[in-house]
Amino acid sequence: MTHAASTETRHPDAGRALDPTQPDGGVEGTKGFGSTGRGTKPVKPYQSRNVIGGVLGWVWLGVIILPIYFIVITSFRTRQDLASNNQLVPTTEPTLTNFQRVIENDFFHFFTNSVIVTLSTVTVVLAVSVMAAYYITRSTSWGGSRIFQLILLGIAIPVQATIIPVYYLIQFLGLYDSLWALILPQIAFAIPLSVLIIVNFVRDIPNELFESMRVDGAGEWTILTSLVLPMAKPALMTVGIYQALQVWNGFLFPLVLTQSRDVRVLPLSLWEYQGQFGVDVPATLAAVVLSAVPLLVAYIFARRYIVAGLTAGFSK
Amino acid sequence: MTATPKVQAADATRSGQRSVKVSRQGPSFIMALPAVALFGFFALVPLVGVVVISFLEWNTVRGSIEWVGTSNWEFVLGDRDFTWRALQLTVMFVIGSYLFQAPVALLLGVFMAGQQKYRAVLSVLYFLPLLFSSVAVGLTFQSLLSPNYGISAALDFLPLPNDWLSNPDLVMWVMIFVVGWCFIPFHALLYQAGVRQIPETMYEAATIDGAGRMRQFFSITLPQLRYTIITSSTLMLVGSLTYFDLIYVLTGGSPANAVRILPLDMYIEGFSSHNLGNASVIAVLLVTIGLTMSLLLNKLSGSTKMESDKAGA
Repeated sequence: MTHAASTETRHPDAGRALDPTQPDGGVEGTKGFGSTGRGTKPVKPYQSRNVIGGVLGWVWLGVIILPIYFIVITSFRTRQDLASNNQLVPTTEPTLTNFQRVIENDFFHFFTNSVIVTLSTVTVVLAVSVMAAYYITRSTSWGGSRIFQLILLGIAIPVQATIIPVYYLIQFLGLYDSLWALILPQIAFAIPLSVLIIVNFVRDIPNELFESMRVDGAGEWTILTSLVLPMAKPALMTVGIYQALQVWNGFLFPLVLTQSRDVRVLPLSLWEYQGQFGVDVPATLAAVVLSAVPLLVAYIFARRYIVAGLTAGFSK
Repeated sequence: MTATPKVQAADATRSGQRSVKVSRQGPSFIMALPAVALFGFFALVPLVGVVVISFLEWNTVRGSIEWVGTSNWEFVLGDRDFTWRALQLTVMFVIGSYLFQAPVALLLGVFMAGQQKYRAVLSVLYFLPLLFSSVAVGLTFQSLLSPNYGISAALDFLPLPNDWLSNPDLVMWVMIFVVGWCFIPFHALLYQAGVRQIPETMYEAATIDGAGRMRQFFSITLPQLRYTIITSSTLMLVGSLTYFDLIYVLTGGSPANAVRILPLDMYIEGFSSHNLGNASVIAVLLVTIGLTMSLLLNKLSGSTKMESDKAGA
């Protein structure tokens, strides 16, 4: 799937391009999102006449905003209000009862499940991927490149196509309908891209640093924790954010691998709310709005990192 | 990779003087073991598993498993009428999605790459769909397109259809649009990054030579973006080939199976009809088509790379 990306990201600047902490250069492509184009560059002369882009830009804004506007205003209505007034005009009598109803229906329980699954998955993915990246880049035996090739194969495996065996594997292990059922396979499918990105970063650590540590008598664990880990930090952040978004919003694994209310995660809970609330559309949409709030808050505070993380490995 | 600038050695935290055991080889395999084990067990084993299951008659209701050779394959590719319909719908969905997403993402990316402040603000807003889960997007559009209280009801003075999701002739287009709504921002982001890397001087030179806006777009922007175009196209094509979430949430394949594309067909065959063997045949087909598509596109990028090398020399 990302063969193109894999060849591109091996560019020497690949690592730096991922680093959102770099004041300049890093996440170059995302400046528009991050800063307000803090660019010192003069306005390109041709841009003033970009009529097609301009028209499309404003039209697209409408396309993006209209559905979001609709769910937000609807979530503050009552059912009667939705039926009797124009649906695109905000209500004159906003109410919070829809949100109350969602929260009373275990919203925070599902939220906690999502947090547990996301944090555990991402933590393990980062730990094992950075270790594997260290081995792959520094191994002197033939194993390093073989393992890299094997893991890269995984980038092209579509999750959807393996879901049936994954389901039976999880049942066989007795993990069906537990949070483990969500964590373990998601770790596995997150490893290939994470390793690829971190390898590109660890490769750029100068050889002399490894040599001098070895001369000092540092073992491989010391090298991992005091050299590789700190140096790969920017890559770990972007990879972590990317995988966290994937896991947080993931739907197929929870749909297939869990069932009970106890282990329900947020995306699946929306699905269930809809069944439970039935015709109470404002309540369902209040759940949708609430489910988006955590990421929205994260986006407001860490926009640069999130944007960089999202395109990690795909843009050079 | 070797062109890395020297980083001050002082940056590396040196550990205390340990015993004088200078290891000459690299790290041991223990380092890679957890990743290899997890990936192997939960990703590679299922990949092999899906091929094996495609040769089994596995009835989950009765709990019987039997090796049946190629009979699932013969059935799915031969007698089963819907396979070809699903394939046809998949091709429609993939091509339709591509024709919608690629031009819009490209133009938006070019637009977003501009330095004007309002464009940066717009870019921040364009990103919003990426924060929603597919279920959230599905429920959003389900209500927005509802005949009773959605956009068609609110704008009843316009001749809008009110059966967006229940009209078999319409629902494919609606799905292409909604899936585009989700993914265009991501691809626009890739293009924005690509455009920002085009050297300013190329445009300056072109302007001096009297090239207009259109000419610059086709002679500089597009050719310079070729790697981004290939990366983005691969992700779009393979992504829509295997896309499941929104189609399942929004339609479940109905009305009249009009959007029952291969991934959904596989899910229904496997988890609703309990025909694991048949579903696995469809899964293997998906993997094969997907891999072939990525490889072909990768080849394409390889050949353009060579051309550009020649041109550069």
